[in-house]
Amino acid sequence: MQDVVLAMLAKEPSHGYGLHRRLRLALGLFGEALKPGQIYVTLARLEKAGLVCCEQSEGLPERPDRKVYSLTAAGQQRVAAWLTEVSWPKPDLAEFHLKLAAAAAGQLADPLALVEAQRRELLRRLADVQRSAIAESAGSAIAGSLVEGVVLRLQADLRWLEACARVWSGSGKEPGKS
Amino acid sequence: MTDPGGGYLLRARGLAKVYGRRAMVRASDGSDLLGVPGVQDEEQRVVRAVDGVDLDVRAGEVVAVMGPSGCGKSTLLHLLGGLDRPTGGQVWLAGQRIDTLSERALARMRRTSIGFVFQASHLMEELTAAENVELPALLAGISPRAAKRRAAGLLGQVALADRARHLPSALSGGQRQRAAIARALSNAPQIVLADEPTGNLDSAATLEVLRLFAELRSGGQALVLVTHDERVAATADRVIMMRDGIFTGETSLGHTPRGLGSVIGLGG
Repeated sequence: MQDVVLAMLAKEPSHGYGLHRRLRLALGLFGEALKPGQIYVTLARLEKAGLVCCEQSEGLPERPDRKVYSLTAAGQQRVAAWLTEVSWPKPDLAEFHLKLAAAAAGQLADPLALVEAQRRELLRRLADVQRSAIAESAGSAIAGSLVEGVVLRLQADLRWLEACARVWSGSGKEPGKS
Repeated sequence: MTDPGGGYLLRARGLAKVYGRRAMVRASDGSDLLGVPGVQDEEQRVVRAVDGVDLDVRAGEVVAVMGPSGCGKSTLLHLLGGLDRPTGGQVWLAGQRIDTLSERALARMRRTSIGFVFQASHLMEELTAAENVELPALLAGISPRAAKRRAAGLLGQVALADRARHLPSALSGGQRQRAAIARALSNAPQIVLADEPTGNLDSAATLEVLRLFAELRSGGQALVLVTHDERVAATADRVIMMRDGIFTGETSLGHTPRGLGSVIGLGG
């Protein structure tokens, strides 16, 4: 969140409310989940780290205490570095895989039951996203690309769980040993 | 008198479809092998495509059946829709037992009570979109004028009013499938059975079809769809998993609206 807020400020100085509004718009269907408090907490941390500075805006009479934030030189450097990064969020597949292995090895739980529970949860998440996407007939194409990415990733995870179910149901609880 | 269909729009009990038959296998010396080790080879000639499943579908309900290729889900759909005869079990539609109907009665029931949507749209290429949609109504004995009016309404519902006079070859994949759905709705069926309805479509066209299905639900029509696409199954009220001809699990997806924040790690 810190990098995103910094990058938004690179365009122009802004107050917290304006940042929140722009981020919500960019997130499309998912925008409602973003609370203003998350922006203000992030801005406070960035200010403490010397990446943004703020000044009181003359602003509107009804909101005299409004702060306008802008990037410091250090903040600008951090945005430049962030844009050239090629990191990619890593899915927690290894952890779930190890959970299955540990559950089976210690006879703590049935791996197939764990897979099924996980599958149901992901299917429900996918249902939430799909229903929102169906109801939202005229979203922007840019925000829609995030929806598509989330849907494709959930779909891939569900297919992986299906593969897990095949392995764990056919191997006598010991994947890799036939 | 109690409804033999249990009050459900569609009910199946112990539904089975077994292909193949026991063959007399003889050893090379001509003697029978039945009753001696090796007889299990005969069992392998029998394919239990659907192996005794129970299913209840309410009016207005959307049920998805998922499973790997060859698990029997398409066969199941054909049995439910009277396109194929079961070798065991019973099927009721709106309280009427349909697996024992005569061919003629079955054909009439398919025309008037069930809409089918397949992966390939199966439109008649020499007819316009409007004529394709009119056809089932005409076959059901509706007057040409009424059939035309109904087709125009349905094509409007699937956002194809401006393509009504186009031949299928002039339509995109998504448009063809929407025309096929309009055709399936031509006789206002109580239930729509869809077999991989989005199998040939890209993401945007898939979403168009899913929007149409959502409208079906709000119109009180039931929908049973078989799919291997999780994106499609996730729009159902219930998702049934099928493997080797049997149901192996069911997930109810309900309709409780939840925030999307947790899906992408935002919000509380």
